[in-house]
Amino acid sequence: MSARSAVASGAGRLSDARAAAASVVDPEIRVITIDELGILRAIEEDPTTGRVTVTITPTYTGCPAMDVIRADIRRALAAAGHPDAEVRTVYSPPWSTDWISEGGRTKLAAAGIAPPAPVPAPGVVSLTLAVRCPQCGSPETEQVSRFGSTACKALWRCRSCSEPFDHLKAL
Amino acid sequence: MNGPFDFTLALADDALVAAQRLAEWTTRAPEMEEDIALANIALDQLGAARLLLTYAGELEGAGRDEDALAYLRDDREFRNALLVELPNGDFAVTMAKLLFLAAYQLPLYTALAGCPDERLAAIGAKARKESAYHLDHGALWVKRLGDGTEESHRRMQAAVDHVWPYTHELFVADPAAPVDPATLRPAFDEVVGPVLAEATLTQPGSAWAPAGGRAGVHTEHLGYLLAEMQVLHRAHPGAKW
Repeated sequence: MSARSAVASGAGRLSDARAAAASVVDPEIRVITIDELGILRAIEEDPTTGRVTVTITPTYTGCPAMDVIRADIRRALAAAGHPDAEVRTVYSPPWSTDWISEGGRTKLAAAGIAPPAPVPAPGVVSLTLAVRCPQCGSPETEQVSRFGSTACKALWRCRSCSEPFDHLKAL
Repeated sequence: MNGPFDFTLALADDALVAAQRLAEWTTRAPEMEEDIALANIALDQLGAARLLLTYAGELEGAGRDEDALAYLRDDREFRNALLVELPNGDFAVTMAKLLFLAAYQLPLYTALAGCPDERLAAIGAKARKESAYHLDHGALWVKRLGDGTEESHRRMQAAVDHVWPYTHELFVADPAAPVDPATLRPAFDEVVGPVLAEATLTQPGSAWAPAGGRAGVHTEHLGYLLAEMQVLHRAHPGAKW
């Protein structure tokens, strides 16, 4: 991989770097990549130095996984022939669950994590929409706690199959 | 307060001290879900505090980073409102504090999101989404306890009575600040009034309004909180793991 990257054209190098960064898995939700989660914002290459800069944004301000994500991106890029890659963190525009890709939503549901509903209008947190059970598909579910195992998830329970499950809450 | 540094530091200290207090509930909350919820809210507050402290350090231009500001200042240098340093008390007191803090931070961060300072605007836009969840959580519990049993009502009312005087400091006018706190009071009242009414609680009168936090004059409680929060960093300066 690195040998191929070293001789690749400029555009090829950048797309290799992009593929490497996009393949990094979220350390807390290991079924989904940072690209699918929507926190990978940009990958750029300095035209003169060839140095790659990756821009990411946190889901929540206090997300404790950010350090690991930065390290994982650097490791993936080093393996792809970019040992000097820089990882930049931006806070604006703020991450939204609307940025999770369709593929990402499907993977979340398959892993037993109910994907988020579309984000309601600014300033309003709507909790009235039914969340479908990722195990049996029933809409007969209830929220156990709006805060779950990670900052981005709430804890729900299915009244049909009695299974508890995580719900990635709309933000 | 004067200028963007003091303003940013005040907001940062509110978030940092609130985070430390909420984290004290970890392993002690009345139920597992609540334990996780309070730790999550603490984490959100800590996240906002880190961004604000980092920016405050840059505004000051004296080379202090987030750690220097969080761990190497004494109580007289902290600018948080007294509300957040008050001890957790029972669960009702904690929920009264959470409701009032979130009902202040949500319109504050929303206003910040539209202010001309790009860094503060970015932090505001990010943090307000989290504040909306904090407000929801605090409001839910205040209603549940206020409109619950005779005993839960009694304790929730006592908590509101105890904490209410400290809300006034949050809205002391500062026309020079990026967002004048006095302009946030109507939004606070619009949210808190109906919550207390639905919780069958009486909104206290406004006679006593303790203040001083923004000027570095704190209750005795802050010193103990800082001692616990700062001891590791001060004992092992620059330690990493």
